[in-house]
Amino acid sequence: MQLGRVTGTVVASTVYPGLEGVRLLIVQPLDRELSPCGSSLVAADGVAMAGPGELIYVVASREASLAMPETFVPVDHAVVGIVDAVEEWSR
Amino acid sequence: MKIGRVAGTVVSTINSPIFDGRRLLLVDLLDLGATPTGAYLIAVDAVGAGAGETVLVLDEGNSARQVLDAPDAPVRAVVVGIVDEVTVDDKPML
Repeated sequence: MQLGRVTGTVVASTVYPGLEGVRLLIVQPLDRELSPCGSSLVAADGVAMAGPGELIYVVASREASLAMPETFVPVDHAVVGIVDAVEEWSR
Repeated sequence: MKIGRVAGTVVSTINSPIFDGRRLLLVDLLDLGATPTGAYLIAVDAVGAGAGETVLVLDEGNSARQVLDAPDAPVRAVVVGIVDEVTVDDKPML
């Protein structure tokens, strides 16, 4: 899993079966220092509660679809948790 | 699998149910000279790894689900070992 920041939402009214009602979020992946790294991506909201501005973690690839209510859907990134805190022990 | 060093934890209360009661570790990935590569993973702890420990991290979904004994868990990265030493070409690297 990787850290990311939700920066927006995507609305698509015509979607593949199974994706109806699934919230789609624009996520900016973050590096270790929580700075943006790489291109933004569209992730399905696996917790159904993530919104713009929130620090989250995303799971990629096949496992993303397992976060959804319908588990065999075409999704390659899913938000699976909202981060309360990143606690670093040492650097 | 990859070799990494545990740098911290990620705390979350709103998450997929599979993460309830499990520790999420922030793991810096290392090269064979024990230098952080800059890449990191957030991984579920399956062995009780602690601060600063060098660990073995799995980054493949099927194996991760086997380790967690959860056939439909949206998890790909799991810490599956604590590394004691690494030897390459007869030289200790870590």
